[in-house]
Amino acid sequence: MVAMSKIATGNGHGENSPYFDGWKAYETNPFHPTDRPDGVIQMGLAENQLCFNFIKKWVVKHPEASLCSAQGVNKFKETALFQDYHGMPEFRQSVAKFMGKVRGDRVKFDPDRIVMSGGATGAHEMVAFCLADPGEAFLVPTPYYPGFDRDLRWRTGVELVPVVCESSNDFKITTNALETAYEKAKEANLRVKGLLITNPSNPLGTILDRETLKGIIEFINEKNIHLIGDEIYAATVFMEPEFVSISEILEEVECNRDLIHIVYSLSKDMGFPGFRVGIVYSYNDAVVSCARKMSSFGLVSTQTQHLIASMLSDDDFVDNFIMESKERLFRRHKYFTWSLSQVGIGSLKSNAGLFIWMDLRKLLKEKTFEAEMDLWQVIINEVKLNVSPGSSFHCNEPGWFRVCFANMDDQTMEVALLRIRTFMLEHNKAMVPRKLCSRSSLKLSFSRRQDDFMSQSIMSPHSPLPQSPLVQART
Amino acid sequence: MEFTRNSRQLLSKIATNDRHGENSPYFDGWKAYDSNPFHPTHNPHGVIQMGLAENQLCFDLIEKWILENPDASICTAEGIDKFKDIAIFQDYHGLKEFREGVAKFMRRVGGNRVKFDLNRIVMSGGATGANETVMFCLADPGDAFLVPSPYYAGFARDLRWRTRLDIVPVDCRSSNNFRITRAALEEAYEKARRSNINVKGVIIANPSNPLGTVLDKETMRSLVSFINDKNIHLVCDEIYAATVFSSPRFISIAEIIQDMDCNRDLIHIVYSLSKDMGFPGLRVGIVYSFNDDVMNCARKMSSFGLVSSQTQFFLASMLNDEEFVGNFLRESSKRLAKRHHVFTKGLERVGISSLKSNAGLFFWMDMRPLLKEQTVEAEIELWRVIINKVKLNVSPGSSFQCSEPGWFRVCFANMDDETVRVALERIRQFVLQGKEKDDVSDKSKHWKKQNLRLSFSSVRLYDESLMTPRMISPHSPIPHSPLVRART
Repeated sequence: MVAMSKIATGNGHGENSPYFDGWKAYETNPFHPTDRPDGVIQMGLAENQLCFNFIKKWVVKHPEASLCSAQGVNKFKETALFQDYHGMPEFRQSVAKFMGKVRGDRVKFDPDRIVMSGGATGAHEMVAFCLADPGEAFLVPTPYYPGFDRDLRWRTGVELVPVVCESSNDFKITTNALETAYEKAKEANLRVKGLLITNPSNPLGTILDRETLKGIIEFINEKNIHLIGDEIYAATVFMEPEFVSISEILEEVECNRDLIHIVYSLSKDMGFPGFRVGIVYSYNDAVVSCARKMSSFGLVSTQTQHLIASMLSDDDFVDNFIMESKERLFRRHKYFTWSLSQVGIGSLKSNAGLFIWMDLRKLLKEKTFEAEMDLWQVIINEVKLNVSPGSSFHCNEPGWFRVCFANMDDQTMEVALLRIRTFMLEHNKAMVPRKLCSRSSLKLSFSRRQDDFMSQSIMSPHSPLPQSPLVQART
Repeated sequence: MEFTRNSRQLLSKIATNDRHGENSPYFDGWKAYDSNPFHPTHNPHGVIQMGLAENQLCFDLIEKWILENPDASICTAEGIDKFKDIAIFQDYHGLKEFREGVAKFMRRVGGNRVKFDLNRIVMSGGATGANETVMFCLADPGDAFLVPSPYYAGFARDLRWRTRLDIVPVDCRSSNNFRITRAALEEAYEKARRSNINVKGVIIANPSNPLGTVLDKETMRSLVSFINDKNIHLVCDEIYAATVFSSPRFISIAEIIQDMDCNRDLIHIVYSLSKDMGFPGLRVGIVYSFNDDVMNCARKMSSFGLVSSQTQFFLASMLNDEEFVGNFLRESSKRLAKRHHVFTKGLERVGISSLKSNAGLFFWMDMRPLLKEQTVEAEIELWRVIINKVKLNVSPGSSFQCSEPGWFRVCFANMDDETVRVALERIRQFVLQGKEKDDVSDKSKHWKKQNLRLSFSSVRLYDESLMTPRMISPHSPIPHSPLVRART
């Protein structure tokens, strides 16, 4: 028997969660429109695949952005040798500018506070290492991204205490919920060092309103604990209300800035998870300094820094990209949620993210997590969609599922929707709105495609939309 | 609302302790370089950087290959079709072709004597990340690893900082060319045990930084035997494997265990392309463990420091081009050999010797005869003279925890030929001046021709710029200190 560390032999990596089980089903039988039309469609992966043609166009037009083109190769040597953990100045400047633009230029970011990390995954771990000792805790509102269990706790020894949010008030983060969690931690003899919020929220797809944000700032200042704002979905806000960043609130309320830290990344906003561009932005000088030293363990490849610096310093490209991305996400979201509502499936009202928080509580045999798991098995094995069960996000109420919609093309989306419609009509007729139950209307609704749909309504990301798309539906 | 301004209280112990290692006086030399860096035309009297172990000798070959292989990039017209798939690829197993290329490269570098399994290749954030990851897998807070000295200064941070481990040095001496003896290992192990320190393994760098030597078969077998006896791990940092430029050849630990009775679950290799290829900026670290559990754990941990998929794609192309790789390795060895020869011969001519070495991007220079006395203080004094008077940034042996004062690591592969010439000339001048000047000050001593003992009193007239010893605050910006670069 060879001894390894406790970290290595424990379960802290979190991969035994059901969040990952669906992946296995997908991996053994992945959908492909021609090769495997009966395979499992991946709807458990929060990826942004909607704007690649836009990005590729820019890349081809700017060969100097690559170190490997004839136009860029003269920079290859100095870039390949550059390992300074401050990061390339052009990279930091362009990322700071991008972060500002994503927030409508309502706030400015200082390039000297930009610290690199191994993706947002590395950023979270790094912040935890800087702020808390083993055995100390962070509060995290539920439901939350399952990866936090690994990123914040595994190698750091830090604990997570859930701040329970309820569907009855749309999962808002109330001061009451915060206080309750804080007290609970105290009772368990856990010293709370900070509060981690994800805004826009994964998995909810919602943003925090000003009032909630101010309440949070007040809470952390009063308790003298840190606030970590994971804003990696900031540019995926596709419709009003407008995104409000912690960085903006800081300008409006009294706050000890040494407590404020932002985690950012290009994985969701730009669709570049492979490039591992994680950012820690802290208003606390000591944390910036410490995090920067730690960034040695996960710097961004300079080849990628160079590409990103080029891309994000092109103001026209960035402005257009942000607008185009919002537009495409908006359309995809609208179409998807409308189609679901046609078969009686609702979801939490959302205006951001790459997913919806689907409400299948009515489909549960009983209000238990076991029933949720049963339903989930059915969805994976019979409907052949990989979606993520709410329990894997520590949701306190069974029946919710996160469904990703931005990681597939239109064709695949149609197949997914067809499968859902079929399933609902065959097994849950009672839930489906009556007009769709007759054969003729079934044909009509099936022929209803995204293009038809989109031309019917006022489809601007910024104009207020009617609550129910059925108002515009044709029969 | 009351605000506290004492934010340090709010931070973790890790954030407020010194174990990141950047407070060593070692970094003073860097400041001298940063404020006055040499440039052949713009600043011909500036400080020449010889403290950075970089491999700059073969970029012409690489650039040529790049221009001939536009499909290695996802950004060119030839490669753009791959852009999307690569940009969204975040699987911590890594691109298969990348792992294939790395495994092939490692095999080549190991003299084609052992095959590396591409499924055991695990990524990390440079060798910096690899070493930390391996420690996280093998040891608990408070545990320790034995490390033969002298060793790479960054180990203090990489092995200990966030992992909360300890380093127990294994004393190696110049009297037997710093060999790692079984006796030294046993002694260090016992010392740890007596202090109730739980030793979990040994970590070695082969080829060695800072020595530039390779381990012979006998030493390696003895090491394997030692760790098997104690049932502790052996981590081999082989990041300089392809910098071996003359015999004896490099022997990977992978080769040794092929012919030995050994518990393979105890054997782990750390690799990187930062030194062998000269790509420290690309952050390509590799953990290669023969232990399945460690491999699986390290792979999960690699999420904290994956290699950019853009870079994986590029390197997959390059490293799978066997013709290019063969040519590159041959040429790289040749150029390193030549550079090493020019330097060591040049120094010999003025009576400065160095440890006989056949690898690395540096040599281990013996300045013991020039020390006022055989102490670390004298070494640091001499070092300041070298920085301020000779205007070369070299690294003092004490920064590598060398138990004997007077040794300096001098890097030679991070500059062009012209700069080499200037550096050698400066050393020559310095040594010769030392021989000639014997009447500079009241307290001057006479030079002995045979003995190159340097008199510090003769230097004092020129020492206005000698820096006073001071610790650099962890919060002062040090733009180019060596730990600012992820690895030196």
